[in-house]
Amino acid sequence: MALPIYASRTEKIWFWAFRIFCGLVLLFLILPILVIVPLSFSDSSFLTYPITGYSLQWYREIFTAGGPWMESLKNSLIIAPFATLLAMILGTLAAIGLNQAHFPGKGLLMALILSPMIVPLIIVAVGMYFFFATIGLLNSYTGLILAHAVLGVPFVVITVNATLQGFDYNQMRAGASLGASPTRTFFDIVLPQILPGVISGGLFAFATSFDEVVVALFLASPTERTLPMQMFSGIRENISPAIAALATLLIIMSVLLLLVMEWLRRRGEKLSQAGV
Amino acid sequence: MSAAMIDDLPKLKAQLRRAERLKKLKALALIAPLVIFLLLAFVFPIGTMLWRGIDNSEMQLALPQTAQLLQQWDGQNLPSAEVFKSLASELPSAQKSGALGKYGRRLNYEDPTLKTLMTQTLRKMPIEPPSDWSQTLPQINPRWSDPKVWQALKNTAPRLTDRYLLASVDVERNAQGDLQFVAPDKKVYLDIFQRTLIISGTVTLVCLLLGFPLAYLLATLPTGTSNLLMIFVLLPFWTSLLVRTAAWIVLLQSGGLVNNALIGLGIIQEPLQLVFNRFGVIVAMTHILLPFMILPLYSVMKGISPSYQRAAISLGAHPFKAFWQVYVPQTLAGVAAGTILVFIMALGYYITPALLGGPSDQMVSYYVAYYTNTTNNWSMAAALGSLLLIATLVLYAVYNHLVNKNPVRR
Repeated sequence: MALPIYASRTEKIWFWAFRIFCGLVLLFLILPILVIVPLSFSDSSFLTYPITGYSLQWYREIFTAGGPWMESLKNSLIIAPFATLLAMILGTLAAIGLNQAHFPGKGLLMALILSPMIVPLIIVAVGMYFFFATIGLLNSYTGLILAHAVLGVPFVVITVNATLQGFDYNQMRAGASLGASPTRTFFDIVLPQILPGVISGGLFAFATSFDEVVVALFLASPTERTLPMQMFSGIRENISPAIAALATLLIIMSVLLLLVMEWLRRRGEKLSQAGV
Repeated sequence: MSAAMIDDLPKLKAQLRRAERLKKLKALALIAPLVIFLLLAFVFPIGTMLWRGIDNSEMQLALPQTAQLLQQWDGQNLPSAEVFKSLASELPSAQKSGALGKYGRRLNYEDPTLKTLMTQTLRKMPIEPPSDWSQTLPQINPRWSDPKVWQALKNTAPRLTDRYLLASVDVERNAQGDLQFVAPDKKVYLDIFQRTLIISGTVTLVCLLLGFPLAYLLATLPTGTSNLLMIFVLLPFWTSLLVRTAAWIVLLQSGGLVNNALIGLGIIQEPLQLVFNRFGVIVAMTHILLPFMILPLYSVMKGISPSYQRAAISLGAHPFKAFWQVYVPQTLAGVAAGTILVFIMALGYYITPALLGGPSDQMVSYYVAYYTNTTNNWSMAAALGSLLLIATLVLYAVYNHLVNKNPVRR
């Protein structure tokens, strides 16, 4: 959308006004994320510019073994992988099933499976709070894992579903006709081809669990306090540069996630093109 | 064709049908674990939670017979002596089983003095049962001869109630059972819903105003440049919500970058209050939800051929007219998808207003949490929650309808 040489004066003004406006929107999107990074290296205990001196003390505070940050990180690293695994298994199986046959009510079933993405988190949180209280799963890792698996499952179904769009089911028949068991067909033929979708769905599910605070606030006691819960109370009570240090680490993690997702997307595109 | 083959044909058809059915069953068997999991861990918990919004079983659990008798009573004058007797005989056992405590909390919503009346009556009841309780109870406390007390009890007798749902839109029933708005000084919930709609609507509108031009730019730039600029959209999308919320506090606080920059430029002398108010909530929510507007818009715009617009211009249309009348109508599917998606997500926001807003910027979700945790008024939490859920599901159905009609890829 370059500007033609014969553009009139008003066209030029509009063109640049439009570009400047878009530039400002991009700045609005990225600036808050960039601003917090330098503050994590500040030696002051206030989150303000200008930075007078630099230090790594806030990173030291976060990485103190036995401190609140490491304890909550440990809890998150227990809950998120199990929730992701559960979401990946259930979501992948369901996506394959949904793609294999047509039956009445399929649209409704899909809406049910995707609804955890849409239903307000507070409703999920309060509902599970009462239910888990009656069956004794309140304040337990199991409860949080189940809850986060529910929230992560729609992403797995969506991404696996997308990779299955280009999948040729005759390959499964070929496998079966050559004597492979359904399990072997799945692991040797289907899984390698849909793996990009399974992994990117898993990453979505992991990121969801790793950043989820509303449901965790209702289901977890201080013993199972997750990293987002710790951040929430940190921001609420006393926002210190330790938050900025943790935020910097989380931003690095999201950059990595973004890179992996992009790599998976390209790989998936290549695979589906090769399939055609 | 031989006779044997013709005989086999129906058999073949049956086999084919069986194979088809088997395939369907296999597919269902693959879906079943997830559906069962979601029904148990998601649908059932939410369903039972919402049930509390219409559940009125406290009296039937504590005083079953009295509840039944009161439902038959016409509500005029005083109930029969039988009702008095039933209440007096059921009160002690209700206290022993603990059901009276829960009923007391329910009574509080009708009239806060009734719970005391119950406990006081229990304490003063004679050990020897009198012949006529309709004489004895008013002797213990004269309020038992007041029909209003019995009417209040009658309100708590049916199995289900609409009082919480009505209360969540500031409506109540008067003594005659007619609907009316509550007294103006007790009106709270309509204001909360209005506030929720205003915040969500503003955020959606700002997202559309900021997102539409940017999506247009990204869709029309050469792929290399647009992929690079897409990082600006996707990085916030992948960054933790709490990190972004913290970042906005840092930017907008009184000694923050925005205030310092404005003072440095000489635009203002004193720092402005930009956070812990409505402005901060709207700015941060817009930032968090903007990618959800840009991505569907971008994917629709990417599929629009520029030739239509060029054709319009070559036929003599002014570029603005060509843009407005030829290009914009083709983007409407994306506009609708993005707008509804952002609005749905904004409706349920809890964390951002809780951290960045003042008391008058809290949305419906906050009050659901408040009634659950702080006041233990679970019925009210459920009633507010069901209205929020219904609004969300209706919009979700509209969204699904729109997206399925005009497929939007993410």
